[in-house]
Amino acid sequence: METKKDLLYSNDHEWVRVEGEKAYIGITDFAQHSLGEIVYVELPEVGDDLNAGDVFGVIESVKAASDSYLPVSGKVLEVNEALSDSPQLINEDPYGSWIVLVELSGKSDLDDLMNAQEYEEFCSKED
Amino acid sequence: MSDPKKTSLYHAHIRHGGKVVDYSGWALPVQYEGITAEHEAVRNNAGLFDVSHMGEVEVKGKQATDYIQNLITNDISAMNDNQIIYSLMCYPNGGIVDDLLVYKYTDNYYMLVINAGNVDKDVQWMKDNIGSYDMELVDISPDVSEVALQGPKAEEILQGLTDTNLSEIAFFYFKKDVEIAGKNCLVSRTGYTGEDGFEIYMEHEDAEYLWDKILEAGKDKGARPAGLGSRDTLRFEANLPLYGNEFSPEITPLEAGFGMFVKLNKSNFIGKEALAQQKSEGLKRKIVGFEMLGPGVPRHGYDVLSNGKRIGFVTTGYNSPTLKKNIGLAMVDIEYSELDTPIEIQIRKNVVKAKVVARKFYTKHYKK
Repeated sequence: METKKDLLYSNDHEWVRVEGEKAYIGITDFAQHSLGEIVYVELPEVGDDLNAGDVFGVIESVKAASDSYLPVSGKVLEVNEALSDSPQLINEDPYGSWIVLVELSGKSDLDDLMNAQEYEEFCSKED
Repeated sequence: MSDPKKTSLYHAHIRHGGKVVDYSGWALPVQYEGITAEHEAVRNNAGLFDVSHMGEVEVKGKQATDYIQNLITNDISAMNDNQIIYSLMCYPNGGIVDDLLVYKYTDNYYMLVINAGNVDKDVQWMKDNIGSYDMELVDISPDVSEVALQGPKAEEILQGLTDTNLSEIAFFYFKKDVEIAGKNCLVSRTGYTGEDGFEIYMEHEDAEYLWDKILEAGKDKGARPAGLGSRDTLRFEANLPLYGNEFSPEITPLEAGFGMFVKLNKSNFIGKEALAQQKSEGLKRKIVGFEMLGPGVPRHGYDVLSNGKRIGFVTTGYNSPTLKKNIGLAMVDIEYSELDTPIEIQIRKNVVKAKVVARKFYTKHYKK
């Protein structure tokens, strides 16, 4: 399983890349691996105001649909439209394939997230 | 919930990296490396499935034939020895108890192969309907391991392990006492994938040895172990029904589109009256194929709508690995069952356009 040092991670296997007041969010290598081949990604609407813990997308593998939970509160600024046509990009490059870009409501949500090392330890217990 | 039961091949699944889940009370792999890769292996080469969870019931005795004729919807009167037929078993109201394969050894001796999740219910139902028939039932499910080798290269691979000429086992026939890699097996040319292939019944103690031998023999022919995930996508593309999806006690074989396995012209059988009546009155609903026109994967249980009104439910749906399209089967009110009828599928909060299409998503490649 691969992690990236400059990202933050949630218990639900999302990653967060903070850039100033904004954050890119995707799912981790661990998540894409356990889901298997991804065949469809349902994206939120640009402009949606979401709270930490809300479902912001649905990732469909061959077998099932899985909800993705937003690890931080914020407003959806952009969605990665490339995933509509090529959902398998998440399998190929999970950390390069962001799902949403949000404007952070605040930075306090970030305190609940893990760094790469903590996340690796977390995953080793999940397996 | 009690712990799921392990088949004789449990350790083989772990060795191959199988992702083991609880399926109908059995610990079985949903996949090894990936559903799509396993699906494609079966369509192009071969895949090996552990199907030891299936139930087997022997029917023996002077009136075995009469008993089965009364129990099931298909007609076994013209069967040859070593032949197999597919059938439904219904309640008096026409709802489905289960679907099954009937293996005929002789007029006095049959084996019925039933679904894992239904074994207890089915065996009870079979016992309840013995009445005065002179025969006995033996549930041999706990004593049998079973694997399915499926795909265009199945015969070539299995032939390398036996002196029995497998080409002599015709579609829906079986042969007992076939030696595979020195082990005694019953081999039938049957399956649940839409491809040519075999189902192989064996002793528990031989299962893991044979599993490894078959995979080894198939290694350079592209064979791989395959899990329940691809078993479901394969059977779905080939329009093969699954109990719990297309079949249930609330669904009749006619509604499900399997009337060809209901022989209303044979002497009495359980459910005959109700099914004959349903046929003469005409169906009020039936299972159709559909294809999504908008984005999203249809799934088992989703509502089917027409202009916002609920008209049915999805029985199975997938992003088809072979066709790369979002397709499904759905039970709909009869007025929406014509080909090309526009319908809608409720996918979470979205209502997504779809249309009725033929159920023949994939043309079966049986060797007949």
